[in-house]
Amino acid sequence: MTRIVLFLQLFSSICFLLLLSSQTTNAKNSEDIRCKCICPPYKDVLGQIYNQNVSLKDCNCLHVVEPMPVEGKDVEAYCLRCECKYEERSSSTIKVTIIIYLSILGLLLLYMVYLTLLEPVLKRRLFGHSQLIQSDDDAGDQQPFANAHDVLSRSRSRSNMLNKVEHAQQRWKRQVQEQRKSVFDRHVVLS
Amino acid sequence: MPLWSWPCSPCRFQWHLEEVGQELGADGSINIPRIIAAEAETSMTPTEEMNGSGNLMDFLDEPMPDVGTYEDFHTIDWLREKSRDTDRHRKITSKSKESIWEFIKSLLDAWSGWVVMLLIGLLSGTLAGVIDLAVDWMTDLKEGVCLSAFWYSHEQCCWTSNETTFDDRDKCPQWQKWSELMTGHALGGGAYVLNYFLYVMWALFFSFLAVTLVRVFAPYACGSGIPEIKTILSGFIIRGYLGKWTLLIKTVTLVLAVSSGLSLGKEGPLVHVACCCGNLFSSLFSKYSKNEGKRREVLSAAAAAGVSVAFGAPIGGVLFSLEEVSYYFPLKTLWRSFFAALVAAFTLRSINPFGNSRLVLFYVEYHTPWYMAELVPFILLGVFGGLWGTLFIRGNIAWCRRRKTTRLGRYPVLEVMAVTGITAILAFPNPYTRRSTSELISELFNDCGALESSQLCDYINDANMTRPLDDIPDRPAGPGVYTALWQLALALVFKIVITIFTFGMKIPSGLFIPSMAVGAIAGRIVGIAVEQMAYHHHDWIIFKNWCRPGADCVTPGLYAMVGAAACLGGVTRMTVSLVVIMFELTGGLEYIVPLMAAAVTSKWVADAFGKEGIYEAHIQLNGYPFLDVKDEFTHRTLATDVMRPRRGEPPLAVLTQEGTTVEDVEALIKDTDYNGFPVVVSRESERLIGFVQRRDLTVAIKTARQKQDGVVSNSVVYFTEDAPQLPASNPQPLKLRRILNLSPFTVTDHTPMETVVDIFRKLGLRQCLVTRSGRLLGIITKKDVLRHMAQMMNQDPESIMFN
Repeated sequence: MTRIVLFLQLFSSICFLLLLSSQTTNAKNSEDIRCKCICPPYKDVLGQIYNQNVSLKDCNCLHVVEPMPVEGKDVEAYCLRCECKYEERSSSTIKVTIIIYLSILGLLLLYMVYLTLLEPVLKRRLFGHSQLIQSDDDAGDQQPFANAHDVLSRSRSRSNMLNKVEHAQQRWKRQVQEQRKSVFDRHVVLS
Repeated sequence: MPLWSWPCSPCRFQWHLEEVGQELGADGSINIPRIIAAEAETSMTPTEEMNGSGNLMDFLDEPMPDVGTYEDFHTIDWLREKSRDTDRHRKITSKSKESIWEFIKSLLDAWSGWVVMLLIGLLSGTLAGVIDLAVDWMTDLKEGVCLSAFWYSHEQCCWTSNETTFDDRDKCPQWQKWSELMTGHALGGGAYVLNYFLYVMWALFFSFLAVTLVRVFAPYACGSGIPEIKTILSGFIIRGYLGKWTLLIKTVTLVLAVSSGLSLGKEGPLVHVACCCGNLFSSLFSKYSKNEGKRREVLSAAAAAGVSVAFGAPIGGVLFSLEEVSYYFPLKTLWRSFFAALVAAFTLRSINPFGNSRLVLFYVEYHTPWYMAELVPFILLGVFGGLWGTLFIRGNIAWCRRRKTTRLGRYPVLEVMAVTGITAILAFPNPYTRRSTSELISELFNDCGALESSQLCDYINDANMTRPLDDIPDRPAGPGVYTALWQLALALVFKIVITIFTFGMKIPSGLFIPSMAVGAIAGRIVGIAVEQMAYHHHDWIIFKNWCRPGADCVTPGLYAMVGAAACLGGVTRMTVSLVVIMFELTGGLEYIVPLMAAAVTSKWVADAFGKEGIYEAHIQLNGYPFLDVKDEFTHRTLATDVMRPRRGEPPLAVLTQEGTTVEDVEALIKDTDYNGFPVVVSRESERLIGFVQRRDLTVAIKTARQKQDGVVSNSVVYFTEDAPQLPASNPQPLKLRRILNLSPFTVTDHTPMETVVDIFRKLGLRQCLVTRSGRLLGIITKKDVLRHMAQMMNQDPESIMFN
C-alpha cells in the first residue's frame, strides 16, 4: 500500500521533472536570451545600456551597440570599456514553477481552513459529542502494547477504501498532534 | 572527525551469523539477525535445532514487521544494524547463484544505492530550483508587480526593456510599484508611506502563512534542521522528522519565510529538505528502508546534495557532510555523496534559476591579486568573525533557553509576527536591508566596475581615464560611498541584533546567509577603509612597496568575501569545507590563503570563548543524545563509577534464561522503562548469556499471544536452545531465543571510562554491560556516558533528555 503510494509519488515527481526539462528545451524563443551591454560614460557620451537578442557568439560590443554613439577611431576605446553579458532564462519554467507553487500553497491553505474551521463544526453536527470523546481516548492510548503494529493490523482488516483513507488521515493527524505537543507545548525538541 | 571505518571488523570473526531462514527453509526470517557466539554454537546443526524445538512451532517463522525496529526518540544500535546488513547481503549473494532471476535481483540490489543517489540528486536539485525561483518572485512581490505577466520578478519583468539610459536602468513600464499601481504616483512622500506600509503588510502576511502552515501540518519543519540531522545521523530516531509532510511543508514555508525579508537563509533548511528526499527514496528499497544504519549512509549523502545546491558547491557539500553533519562516513558514502552532489548541482544548473548560468546569486569572479600586507586586515576580520560567532551563539542560546523555559514559548505565532514586524519596519528605510540578503551579499562581494550604479561604487572618476574595465586604479571615495558606509554600519548592527532573535523561531530558518551578510558588511567596510588609506597615504611604509599611485591594489569585494567566511566559520566552526565552499563560490584559487587565514583565526578566537559551534550548542540545549567525536575525554574514572545500578540502588532488572513466565515478563516491561534487559543463567550465579531489547520483547510476546496457540500468562519463557523440562500440566512454553542478542558488548568493571567512551563513539553502541569474572554487575547506556561526560565538564547531567 505505502509502496504503491510512494511509486506514484516518484512517478509524478519524474513527470514534473520531465515537464520542466521539456519546457527548458523547447522554450528557447527569442524572448529568452539577451546580450546586455553596459557602457559607462565616455567623453561627452552618457552612460548607456544596450539590450539585444543575439546568440552567445555575437555577444560583444560591436554587434550589440547600435547605433554606435561615437565615431570611427573612438569605437575601439569606447567598446573596450563596455561590459557585455550574455544571459538566458526559460520563461516557461518560471511560469510553470510559480503557478505550481501557488496552486500547492492554495491547496494547503484550503485544507488548513477545512481542518481548523470546517471540520470541527461538521463533526459536531454529524456525530454530536461521542466522536470527540472517542478520539480523545484514542490519543491517550499510549501503552507499550499498543504500538504502530497494532494500528496497522487493525487497518488491514477493514476493506473499505474510504475507511482506509480516513484511517490514514486520523493516524496522520494523531502524529501531527504528537509532534505539535513535543515542539510547541513541551518544548522537548527543536527549541 | 567521523568514523572512517568500523574498527571492529577484525573482531567480527568471533561471531557466527547463522542463516536460520535458509536452513529452516522458511522465507523472510532474514529480518531477524542471529548473532551467536561461535564457541557455544559450533556443534549445533540445523537438524538438532529442529529436533530440539520438538513439536513446538517456532512462531517466529513468520517475519514480524516490528522486530529490529526502534521506538521514537531512541538510539539505534549501530553494531546490530551492521550485522543485519551483512546477513542480508550474504543471503542475497548465496541466492544469486541459484537462478538468473535471483542474479538479476542481486545486481539490482547492488545498484540500488546509486539509483537512490540519482533520485535524491534530481529531486533536491529540482526543489532547490523551485525554491530559488519562487523566492525571487515573492521577494519582489513585496514591492510591486509585473503587469505583463504576474509571475515575473522585477529583473525578469524588465528582461527586454529598452530603457537605455543609466538613470532609468531599474525602471521599465511593465514593472509597477504598488504605489504606482494604486495612486499613480511613483515618487513623493505619500507613495513612500504607501510602499512602506505594503512592504510591512506583505512581510507579515508571508510569515503568518509560514508559521501557521508549520503549526498545522508539520511542526517538525521549523528551524534549521542541521542540529537534528546531526543527531539523527549519529543514530537517534525522530519519527516523522524526515517525512513527506515535513518535506512538503518545509519547501513551501521556506519560500515564504525567506521572502518575508526576515534575517534568515535557505541553506540549512535545504539540507533538511535534501535529507527528507533521501528518506523518501530510501523507503523505496528494502535495503535501506529496513536498516536504520544503511539509511543513515543515504542521509549523509543527501546532506551533501543539499549543501551542493544551496551554495552551488558540490565538493564543498561533500566536505560539509564529512566535517559537520555525518557521524559514520565510510569511503563508499564519500563516493556516493559526490555523485549525489554532482547530480543535484547539474539539475539545478539546468533549471538555471538566476539566469546567470550559476547556481547561486552571489557568484563572483575576479582575479585581482592580493598582497602579503593585506593578511593583517584579513586576520583582523577573522578575529571579528570569531567574536561574532561567540556573541551569536551565547545570545541565541540564551534567547532559545528563555523561549524553551518561560512563557515566551507559548506564543510561537505571535513571536514570529512580532519579529517580522520589527524586521520589516526597521529594514525598509535602509536600502541595504530592504532587499533580499542574497542580493546584498552579491553586491558586497562584487567589486566596483566603472559602471556600477550603486552608491557603494560612487567613486570620483578621473574623466579622461581610458583603461579597460578590469584594471581600474584606486580612486578617492565620493559622497555616495560615505553615505553607503554609514548605512552599511547601521545594517551591520541591525543584522547582528535581529539574527540572534530570528534563528530558532518556529519557521524554517537557516543562519548561513545572515552570518555571511554580517561578515560581508564588516569586510566591505574594512576593505573600503584600507583602500582609502592606501590611496591617501601612498607614502606610508606599508603601502610604499605594493601600492603605487594609479595602481589597483585593494579589492574591497575580496574583504567582504573573507569577512563572510570568517563569520560563518565563527558560528559553525567549519574550516576545510568552509574554505572549499567559498573557493567554489568564487572560482579563484589565489584567494585560498586569505580565506584559510580568516577561517582558522576565527575558529581560534571562537574556540577560546567556547568549544562548541552553534549546532552543538543547540543539540546540548535540547538534550539530544549526541556523542560528539570531536570532544576529548581525559578524566580518570572507571566503568564501575558510571554503571547502573549505583551503590544503594535496587539491583539490575534481569531476565533468567528459563523459569520466568510471560506474566512476569509483562510485569517487568510494565513496571520499568529500561530499553533492554540482560539475560542471565540464574539469579544466583548471575552469569551473563545475552541481552534482549525491550521493544523486541514486547513485539514477540504480543505476536505469540495472538498467533501461537497455548501461550498464556503462566507460560514459561525460555532463552535456551532446548525447552526446559516441565510437568505436563504446564501450558506450552514460549521460546524467545531468536530475539536474544548473544554477543552483547561487555567490559570489566575496571575498564577506564576513556576506553568506554571511545568504544561508544567508534562502535556506535547503545549499551554496554559491565562484568567481573563473568558475573554481571551493571550496565552503562549511552545516556549514562553522556551524563557522566556532562558531569565531568561541570554541566547539568539532567540536561540529557533522551535514551
